Amino acid sequence: MRWRPSPEALRLALPVMALAALLVSVFVMRPNVMGYNGLHLLFKLGIPIALATLAQMVIMSVNDLDLSMGSFVSFVACVTATWLVDAPLIGALMLAGAIAVYAALGMVIAARGLPSIVVTLGMSFVWAGLAVLVLPTPGGTAPGWVAAVMGARPALMPVGIAGSILIAVLAHLLIMRSSFGVLIRGVGGNERSVSRAGWSVLLARGAAYATAATFAVASGITLVGLMTSADANIALRYTLLSIAGVILGGGEFTGGRVSAIGAVVGALTLLLAGSFLTFLNVPPDWQIGAQGMILILILALRLLLVRLERRGARA
Amino acid sequence: MSLLRKPWIWSFVAAGLVWFVTIMATGGASTIGLTQATLTFAAFSVIVGTGQMFVITLGPGNIDLAVPATMTLAGTVALKYMDTQDALILPGLGIAIGIGIGVGFVNYALIKALRIPPIIATLAMSFIIQSAAIATNRGLRIKPPDAMADFTTGLTLGIPNVALVALGITGVAWVVLMRSVYGRQISAIGQSLPAARMAGLPVDGLRLATYVLCATLAAVCGFLLACFSGGAALNMGAEYLLMSIAVVIIGGTAVAGGDSNVPGIWGASLFMFLVVSMLNTYGFGAGVRLILTGLIIISVILLASGRQGATR
Repeated sequence: MRWRPSPEALRLALPVMALAALLVSVFVMRPNVMGYNGLHLLFKLGIPIALATLAQMVIMSVNDLDLSMGSFVSFVACVTATWLVDAPLIGALMLAGAIAVYAALGMVIAARGLPSIVVTLGMSFVWAGLAVLVLPTPGGTAPGWVAAVMGARPALMPVGIAGSILIAVLAHLLIMRSSFGVLIRGVGGNERSVSRAGWSVLLARGAAYATAATFAVASGITLVGLMTSADANIALRYTLLSIAGVILGGGEFTGGRVSAIGAVVGALTLLLAGSFLTFLNVPPDWQIGAQGMILILILALRLLLVRLERRGARA
Repeated sequence: MSLLRKPWIWSFVAAGLVWFVTIMATGGASTIGLTQATLTFAAFSVIVGTGQMFVITLGPGNIDLAVPATMTLAGTVALKYMDTQDALILPGLGIAIGIGIGVGFVNYALIKALRIPPIIATLAMSFIIQSAAIATNRGLRIKPPDAMADFTTGLTLGIPNVALVALGITGVAWVVLMRSVYGRQISAIGQSLPAARMAGLPVDGLRLATYVLCATLAAVCGFLLACFSGGAALNMGAEYLLMSIAVVIIGGTAVAGGDSNVPGIWGASLFMFLVVSMLNTYGFGAGVRLILTGLIIISVILLASGRQGATR
């Protein structure tokens, strides 16, 4: 019998191949990157981006979309750089409160059948405003323990890569392998059958939002650990980056079809695309545009793969 | 009380209330100035919002995130071409419209050919357009032709000219949406895409036309805004990304598509600008202003959902 890869594996193959291709191109162009320090710099920002992408993925697994991700992570960064340093207890309470707000939002969205895009659009203003109130001018410092963790130099691989792998495995276990993960993906797949089976869709959505907020809080804290200071706009681009990362990693907008490992790989691919373009000497004017083209290219490849997958299913 | 049942009436009520509260703060001294400023700035949101509304009408997932970049590119290229010469105004407008049509075509080509969800397709596209605008602009700020600058900042019978242009555009949009075959067809697509396809509607052509329409209106708005503000800036479209979506939804258009209305966009645009100026008048800082803006959007959507629930 011939071995045929599972649809999940096929789905994951493309983002992994894209990441590998980018990495190889970077190595060819700049051989001196191929070392501990080079990789450390390339993937330095990997952990916060991967965490924000996972947060967006959890929201997307219940068929919603979070347009406030960037401003929420910025808000968390501002709290981390100020309150978490000066008064850790109050800072931690503020972050816990923010997670509770997310859980409440998830339940309100479920109870009233509201469009998540609009609610999170409104919340993006709220988080941005709170961030400005917490930290009116750029500054602050990273809490000692965060800076220590993010500045660690593990023996085998740089902290950016090791952390991303660890996060991907943990998120995979939580979202793809635990019964909680099955429940929230079930809400995205078929809400009615989940509620007929005796689960509370309201609580499931609330829990999904709280999980997403927890990932996003971790993203903001680790980001401050790397940047050692914060400002109210520090992570605004994470909103669009996180959505693009999930899609690149094989996730879908609807139907609870997401992949945790894919999301992390997608996030790292987008991160690497930035360095790739710099090494390619793309003029700065066209850097954003080239990122858009990479996004389109990878999605075109994915369409091809999906067709192959279908053909495989039919055969 | 049929007027009270219209989904768009509440945005006007809210706008009126905020207007009243704001002029009270200054004892009525700034009534005319405030009203004219509101009409001017609301006009720009109205024009982009109208385009976004047509796209949102197409149903869940349809949204155009390339609007800000399209505005910037159209404004930049048109102003560079006109090079402050009054004689080149019409060709300049033509170039802006051409950019809009081109962007709309590519947007839908990506959505259709690559089966990319509209959010991602228009997002990727907006990166490319933004780069094109940066490459064209190169940090230069070219002034608009004098006649255009005078027109966009001028008044006719006490009403700002750009508000009259926006009024004309929304008038046409209302007829197109409510009375034309095209408008009824895109509403049908928004209500049920499979049903529309079964009924034999040319779904792809209609969706293409809608994305082209949205990008064109964004381009026209970018052209006017660049002339109004004395030159194109690279970030001039930025605030219109969220604004174009917010005014449509607050105006009472169904987010799920298929049920849109034009008057609400005016109410919501006036309301959004008035809220900012009210909070400015009362001396709130940037942080509080942002928080209140967000809370207002959420309250409106909560109220709107309650209203739909009651009539169902």
